Amino acid sequence: MMRALDRKLLRDLWRIKGQAGAIAAVVAVGVLLQVMMSGMVASLDETRQTYYDRSRLAQIFAPVTRAPEHVLHRLSAIEGVGAVEGRITGGALLDMEGQDLPVRAQAVSLPQIGAPKLNDVHLSAGRLLAPGRTDEVLLLKSFADAHEIPLGAQLSATMNGARRTFTVVGIAQSPEFLVAVAPGELVPDVTRFAVLWMNEDAMAAAFDMKGAFNEALLSLERGAELEPVLAAADRELAQFGGLGAYGLKDHMSNRFISDEIDGLRSTSAAVPPIFMGVAAFLLYIVVTRLVQAEREQIGLIKAFGYTDLEVSVHYFKLVVLIALLGALMGCVLGIWAGRSMVGVYQANFHFPFLVFRVDPAAFVSGVTVSVLSASAGGIFVLRRVFTLTPAVAMRPPAPADFSRSGALNVRLKRWLDQPSRMVLRRVIRSPGRIAGSVIGISVGMALSAAMITLLSGFDESLDLTFGVIDRSDMQVSFYQPMSGKTVFELQQLPGVIEVEPTRAVSAVLRNGLYTYRGGITGLAEGARLNRAVDKDVQAIDLPEQGVVLAKSLADLLQIKSGEMLTVEVLEGRRPVLTLPVASIAETLMGAPAFMRIETLNRALREPDRVSGAYLRVDANALPQIFDKVKGMPMVAGVSRQTDAREAMQKMMDEGAGAMRFVMVGIAAIITFGIVYNAARISYGEQSRDLASLRVIGFSNSETAFVLLGELALVVLMAIPLGIGLGYALGFLVAAGFSTELYQIPAGFRPVAHGQAAAAVVVASLVSGWLVKRDIQKVDLVETLKTRE
Amino acid sequence: MAKDGNGAAEFTFRTKGLTKVYGSGPAAVHALRGVDLDIPKGDMVVLLGPSGSGKSTLLNIVGGLDRATEGEAWFQDQNLTEMSDRELTLYRRDHVGFVFQFYNLMPSLTARENVELVTEIADDPMDPDEALRLVGLGERMDHFPAQMSGGEQQRVAIARAIAKNPTVLFCDEPTGALDSTTGRAVLRVLRDVNDKLGATVMIVTHAAATAGMAHRVINFADGAIRSVTTNDTRLDPDEIKW
Ligand SMILES: Nc1ncnc2c1ncn2[C@@H]1O[C@H](COP(=O)(O)OP(=O)(O)OP(=O)(O)O)[C@@H](O)[C@H]1O
Ligand SMILES: [Mg+2]
Repeated sequence: MMRALDRKLLRDLWRIKGQAGAIAAVVAVGVLLQVMMSGMVASLDETRQTYYDRSRLAQIFAPVTRAPEHVLHRLSAIEGVGAVEGRITGGALLDMEGQDLPVRAQAVSLPQIGAPKLNDVHLSAGRLLAPGRTDEVLLLKSFADAHEIPLGAQLSATMNGARRTFTVVGIAQSPEFLVAVAPGELVPDVTRFAVLWMNEDAMAAAFDMKGAFNEALLSLERGAELEPVLAAADRELAQFGGLGAYGLKDHMSNRFISDEIDGLRSTSAAVPPIFMGVAAFLLYIVVTRLVQAEREQIGLIKAFGYTDLEVSVHYFKLVVLIALLGALMGCVLGIWAGRSMVGVYQANFHFPFLVFRVDPAAFVSGVTVSVLSASAGGIFVLRRVFTLTPAVAMRPPAPADFSRSGALNVRLKRWLDQPSRMVLRRVIRSPGRIAGSVIGISVGMALSAAMITLLSGFDESLDLTFGVIDRSDMQVSFYQPMSGKTVFELQQLPGVIEVEPTRAVSAVLRNGLYTYRGGITGLAEGARLNRAVDKDVQAIDLPEQGVVLAKSLADLLQIKSGEMLTVEVLEGRRPVLTLPVASIAETLMGAPAFMRIETLNRALREPDRVSGAYLRVDANALPQIFDKVKGMPMVAGVSRQTDAREAMQKMMDEGAGAMRFVMVGIAAIITFGIVYNAARISYGEQSRDLASLRVIGFSNSETAFVLLGELALVVLMAIPLGIGLGYALGFLVAAGFSTELYQIPAGFRPVAHGQAAAAVVVASLVSGWLVKRDIQKVDLVETLKTRE
Repeated sequence: MAKDGNGAAEFTFRTKGLTKVYGSGPAAVHALRGVDLDIPKGDMVVLLGPSGSGKSTLLNIVGGLDRATEGEAWFQDQNLTEMSDRELTLYRRDHVGFVFQFYNLMPSLTARENVELVTEIADDPMDPDEALRLVGLGERMDHFPAQMSGGEQQRVAIARAIAKNPTVLFCDEPTGALDSTTGRAVLRVLRDVNDKLGATVMIVTHAAATAGMAHRVINFADGAIRSVTTNDTRLDPDEIKW
C-alpha cells in the first residue's frame, strides 16, 4: 500500500511533467557530455594500446644511412632491448591519374618470409606479398580508400630516380601510419601521402641496400628505461650514419594520435564540468522555485503534524527523482553517443577495430553532482519555509510593503494599463524570484555564447595561420638543403611573384628537463610570406641572434624570453647549440621555433642553404607552375595553401574539435531548457491569478500578456548579463579546446553574443507559445476551485 | 511544568494575555489584544465575531500553527508558547484536528487520500472510509478536490480532521458552504466527536444559531473577548435554525 504522501509525489511529478522533463533534460545533457567524452577518451586510449600491442609496434626507431645486417645483433645485445628488426625505407613519388601533383609516398620493406618481429601490418583486404615477388606492393588503406584504388590496380612510382610499375595485392593498415604526414607538411592528409610495403629484396634492389638496413626497430623489455637504450643505440649506429634513435613518444604518427587523444582528454576534463556546473546551477535555481511554489502545501503538511524531517524527505524524493531521472538518461544517452562518436574517431584515426570502454567515474560524478545540486536547492528553500509557522506558510507569502513603491505606483498608473502594471508589480514584489530567472537564463545564454565564440575561434585560428602568418600560395620543399641559387630558379618561373627561402632543420629542443622533438624554421629577414607574429598580430622582426619561440612551445618547455635554449640539431654535423630566446610569437598551429635563416645556417656552418621556399604566384598561372615545380629534380613536395588549409580544417573538424558541434547543440538544449523552465514556473505560480483574470473578462491574449510580459522583462535583463558571463566562459571553453596541435583564441565576438541572444529570444518565444497554449486549455473552474 | 496543578486537569485550554501583532511600525495589525480564556475539558465552544476580529488567529495559536506575540497559552499542563517547533509538531500530530477556513485540501490527492495523509501518522485513527461516510461522502471517496463542490471539499476537510480521533478539534467555519441538511449532518458529526470521544471542540462560525449547540459561546470583537456565555441546555443539531 503506497503512502498518501508518495502518491501525492507521483501525481505532482505527473502534473509538472513538462517542467520536470525540461529539468531532467538539462541534467541529462550535462551528464551525457561527461559520460560521452570520458568514454571516448577511455575507448580511444584502450584501442590505441591494443592496436599497438597486437601489431608489436616498436618502442624505438633508429634511422641510419646504411648499416650492415650484422649490426642488428649488436643492437639486440644492448641491455633492456627485447626484439630487434632491421628494415629498409625510402621515399617514392606516385603519379596519380588526373592529378597535377605527384603524391609523396614512403616505401617500407617487409621480411621475405614470415611476419616482421616488430611493426607488423594489419591486412584489411587482399593478400600478403608473395615471397620473391618484386613487383607487388601492399598499399596503405587510408590512401587507397581516399583515391578508391582497388586491389589489383597498377601503381607507377618513381623510386631512387627509377620509374617502376607495381601491382597492389593487398590493402594494409599499420599503427605507425595511423596518421600519415608527408615530410615537410604541416598537417596529415590521407590523399597526399601514401605508404607502400614491399618485399625486402625489392627494396634492397631499389635503394641499393643489399645486406643492409636503414632503419632499426627496437622493443624494450618490461621495465627497461628508454634513455640509456637510445644512447646505446646511437653509439652502435654512429659509424653507419645514425640519424638519432628516438622513442615512440617522438614518432610522428604516434605524436599526432597522442596529441589528438590528449586534446580530447583535456577538453573532456575541462569542458564537460563547465556544462555540468551550469546544469547543476540551473537545477539548483529551478528546484528552489519548484519547492518555493509548494510553500502552502508544505505548511499544510506540517499543520497535520508531519515533522520537518518527513517533509524534507518528501520533497527530497521529488527533486532527487527528477535529477536521477535526468542523470540516468544522461548516462544511457552518453554511452550511446560515446559509441557513435568513437566510431567517427575510429574512422578518422584509421583504427582497424575498436575497444569500447566507459569510465565509471563519469557516471558517479555526473549522478552525484546532479543529485547534490538538486538537493541543495530543495534544502535551501525548505529551511526557509521551516522557519515559518505552518499558519504563515499556508498563507500566500505576506503582501509586500508597498509604501516604498508608492510614488512609482502613481507614476505607473498614469503611463501603463492594468496588465502592464501587474507585470511590473510582480517583478518589483518578488525580486528574488525574478533574479533567479534572470541569472538562470543568463547562464544558459552565456554557455551558448561561449560555444558560438568557440566556433568562430576555430575559424580565426585558421585565418590567422593561413591569412596572416603564412600568406604564401604554395610551399615547396626540397629533398635536401640546396644552395640559395635554387630560390632564383623558382623566381624565374613565369607567374611567380615572390619567393621566400626557408630552412627547416629537425632538432631536439631542450630546457633542463623539458624537451621537445621538433625543429627550427629559418626565415628570411623581413619575411613577408611566412612570418612570426606577436600578440597584436604584428610581424616580429627576427633578431640577429637567438630564436623566437611559439607560445605553445615556450609553455611546453617552460622557458621565458631571455633564457637560454639548448638545440640538439639532428642533421648535418649535428651540432648542439645554445641560443637565447629572443621573444615569444603568437602561433595557433603547431609549436614552431623561428630563426633568421642566415643565423641558422651560420650556426650549422652550412652557409647559404635552403630546404624549401614559400611562393606567391599569379592565380592564373598556378597549374602551370605546379607542373614545372613537380618536374624539378630537387623538389620533394609541393603543397598549395588551399590544400593545407583544407587539411587543417578537416583535422579540426574530425579530431578533438569535432566535439564543438555536439557541444553547441547541448548548449542550445540547456539554454532552451532553462528559458522554458522560467516560463513554466512563473505560470505555475500565477495560474490561479491568471484564471481569475480570465474569469473577470480578460481575453486570452491579455492574460498571456501578464505572464509573458514578465518573461520578456526577465529575458531583457538576462541578455546583458549573459553577454558578460559568456565572455568569461569563452576563455575557459577555448582553453579546454586548445591542444598541442592548435590553439583556439577567445575574445569578445559580438556576433556570437548576438546569436546567443537571438537563441534566447527564440527559446522564450517558443516557451511563451507553449505556455500560452496551456493557458487556453486550462479549465478555469477547476483552477479556481482549489487552492494550491 | 504546570504552575497551577488543578487547572491542568480541569482545563484543556487556558490563555493569559494572548496577543498577536502582524507586521510592525505603522503597518502593524493587532489581531489579538490580550485574550484570557479558560476552556474546560470536553467542552464544545462556539466562537462568534465579525470578520477580521481575530477568530482564526486565536484558533491558529491554540492549535499550534502559529506563535503568539505575547502572553501565554496552555494545553492541559503544557505551555504552548514555550514549546519548541518540534514539540509543537508532536502536539499537532498527537492531539489536534483542524478544519481550515479555506479547506486546504491537497489538490493532487483524492478525498480518501487526503484523509489518509493524516491517519497514516496518527496513533489510533479511524478508518478513512468510515470518516468520509460519517460526513456523507461514502460515494465520492476517489474524487479529486477539483471534481468536488465547495461543500463537499469542506466535508472532506472535516472527515480529515476527525479521522485521527483528535483530543481537540478546531473548526474554522465548518458549515459555511453547506445547505441546512448537510450542515446539520456535519454538526451532528462534530457533536458525536465531542460526546463519544470526549474531544474538546472549538467552532468558529458566523451562523449565530449554531451557538445553541455549544456548552460555551465566546463573543469576539476587535481582537478581544467581549462576552462568554454558557448554555444550560444545548440544542440538538436538528433543532438548529439555518
Ligand atoms: N499574516 C497576516 N499579516 C497581517 N495581518 C494579518 C495576517 N493574518 C491576519 N491578519 C489580520 O489580522 C486580523 C485578524 O484576522 P483573522 O484571520 O484572525 O480574522 P477572522 O476573525 O478569522 O476573520 P474572518 O471571519 O473573516 O475569517 C485581520 O485584521 C487580518 O487582516
Ligand atoms: Mg477567519
